[in-house]
Amino acid sequence: MQERAREFAVIESLESGKTIRESRDVDIPLACNHFFYYAGWADKLDYAFPNRKIESLGVAGQIIPWNFPLLMAAWKIAPALAAGNTVVLKPAETTSLTALKLAEIIEESGLPPGVVNIVTGFGETGAAIVNHPDINKIAFTGSTAVGKIIQKALVGTSKKVTLELGGKSANIIFEDAPIDQAVEGIVNGIFFNQGHVCCAGSRLYVQEGIAEKVIKKLKQRMESLYVGDPLDKNTDIGAINSKEQLQTIEKYLKIGLDEGAEMYQPKCAIPKKGFYCAPTLFLNVAQSSIIAQEEIFGPVLTIQTFRTVDEVIQKANNSPFGLAAGVWTDKGSRIFNLTSKLRAGVIWANCYNKFDPTSPFGGYKESGFGREGGLHGLSAYLKLS
Amino acid sequence: MSRIEVLKTYKIFIGGQFPRTESGRYYTPLDSKGKALANICLSSRKDVRNAVVAARKAFGPWSERSAFNRGQILYRIAEMLEGRQAQFVDELMRQGSSKVAATNEVNLSIDRIVYYAGWCDKYNQVVSSVNPVSSSHFNFSSLEPMGVVGVVAEQSTSLIGLVSLILPAICGGNSTVVLASEKLPLCAVTFSEVVHSSDVPAGVINILTGSPEEMAVILASHMDVNALITSNLESQLSNKLSLLSVDNLKRKFDYEVNWVEKDKQALHYISDLQEIKTTWHPIENVGGASSSY
Repeated sequence: MQERAREFAVIESLESGKTIRESRDVDIPLACNHFFYYAGWADKLDYAFPNRKIESLGVAGQIIPWNFPLLMAAWKIAPALAAGNTVVLKPAETTSLTALKLAEIIEESGLPPGVVNIVTGFGETGAAIVNHPDINKIAFTGSTAVGKIIQKALVGTSKKVTLELGGKSANIIFEDAPIDQAVEGIVNGIFFNQGHVCCAGSRLYVQEGIAEKVIKKLKQRMESLYVGDPLDKNTDIGAINSKEQLQTIEKYLKIGLDEGAEMYQPKCAIPKKGFYCAPTLFLNVAQSSIIAQEEIFGPVLTIQTFRTVDEVIQKANNSPFGLAAGVWTDKGSRIFNLTSKLRAGVIWANCYNKFDPTSPFGGYKESGFGREGGLHGLSAYLKLS
Repeated sequence: MSRIEVLKTYKIFIGGQFPRTESGRYYTPLDSKGKALANICLSSRKDVRNAVVAARKAFGPWSERSAFNRGQILYRIAEMLEGRQAQFVDELMRQGSSKVAATNEVNLSIDRIVYYAGWCDKYNQVVSSVNPVSSSHFNFSSLEPMGVVGVVAEQSTSLIGLVSLILPAICGGNSTVVLASEKLPLCAVTFSEVVHSSDVPAGVINILTGSPEEMAVILASHMDVNALITSNLESQLSNKLSLLSVDNLKRKFDYEVNWVEKDKQALHYISDLQEIKTTWHPIENVGGASSSY
């Protein structure tokens, strides 16, 4: 995979619309490293779960989304194989190419035929996987709505399931935070991959005393973001994945305006052809606003202010989701206060959107269950008794 | 003059208090000879909802107690149960157990509580990890309790099934709403008296008697319950509860376990009811590397 990284990166950006800088520097290297990490687990599984007997599950059915096509394939396939399972993977209908390219590499690598199988298709193909009687485990990454349909379909079966679903993650900036770094963190948190990120920091909470300053700096920073051709190395924000998704995002922009929020978009040039969305802020947002409650899955940030620690914990936790959160402050004791009280599976303190094969990822509440990555990611693919 | 026996009123346990069911309903389970055991509260939807409110209120402070202190409190439950051993043996025998079986069940229950008391300040060390990420960050994963756990207690035992499901949940900092065995409810009510006198904060354990079928669907569809555990439940009801649990993606575990067996206690009953939280923080990279010390 590493030898063909450039090929993967170009295909990934061509098909998904994400910037080549991201494909090249984030998605593809992380996908390679994920396989490397889990390969090493294959002969050490006995150490992973003390005092328990482990067995492979059998056939794992895996359904992945279009936001990180190759990386999600790696997150699914690598731990499944390390734990001795075989795989039927369905990539998203708009982003199937890198998974098929991966199939070529898998074939070349000498993995026996049938161990990894990749089937392309729409939702009905996914449903066929979910409902197949000879599949032992379902792993799904995607929307909470579809996750619930899958979970319902599996009731009464013995299939094991893990769901990695939506989010509406809080990014919290305290007055003593390093402001320039925090602004970079906000930008990275919400505009990375056009906001097509389940853990995107889409709800910004800024402490009142620095709100004006942060918002001003954020707007300035957004003026310098370059929206355009995903294959241009200078592009910061690439194309929206599909026309359908662009329509969803635009629907939410209208809802935000109708709800009385104040919208800000920088005066950046947007390509005339293709699916693009300018980076967007919403100010004067209420906690109950639809745009602050529902996952938009686009480059759209809501901004609210807060005064006290207690208030921001309550606001941040006031969501059916619980995937991730960010906290920016210079005070160590406050970081650990916040990180232990925020009800989310991944907490980034003074950073955001960091990923690593050794680091378990997954949510609380309606963001799904089970973890991917690290030692904890193995349990999803093993029968423990 | 002969003395008239003072019969015990079996009430439910919500938020550290012993109310009657707000519905005013009761039922009368029978012993093996067809004789009435007692009048037992037939709890209602409203009781379940009240219990969830009490459990939610108790969850934050309970989960923030030091693990050591939770261990002390759990151990205190065992102590108090030991002190009432004869009463539990008597109740089990009235519900059909032989003396030997009853004594075994009570002793095993006490030992199991001590077992989980000891886990309180240990499970997180065993299951947590520091993750060696490639970037310059300190990254660790540790366990956090899920929140309010609904417990449909084992129906075929009065005490051991109850204890085996409640203890791992509260050991890990969760609060619980427990539906007792319908036909064998006596020990559940007496156990709540033990809990009440054991420094367990109000609301951490709430115990309701009545029809589990009626109450479990309310627990399963309650949006403020985070997890639901059941034991040897017949599949039709179990599936129904699973389906209802999807609405807020409740974590659901149905244990097919004979709790009377000695080794049916383990770390994973605790960790099943825990979320894994991963925290990242940057590490400054200035100096140090070339200094000799």
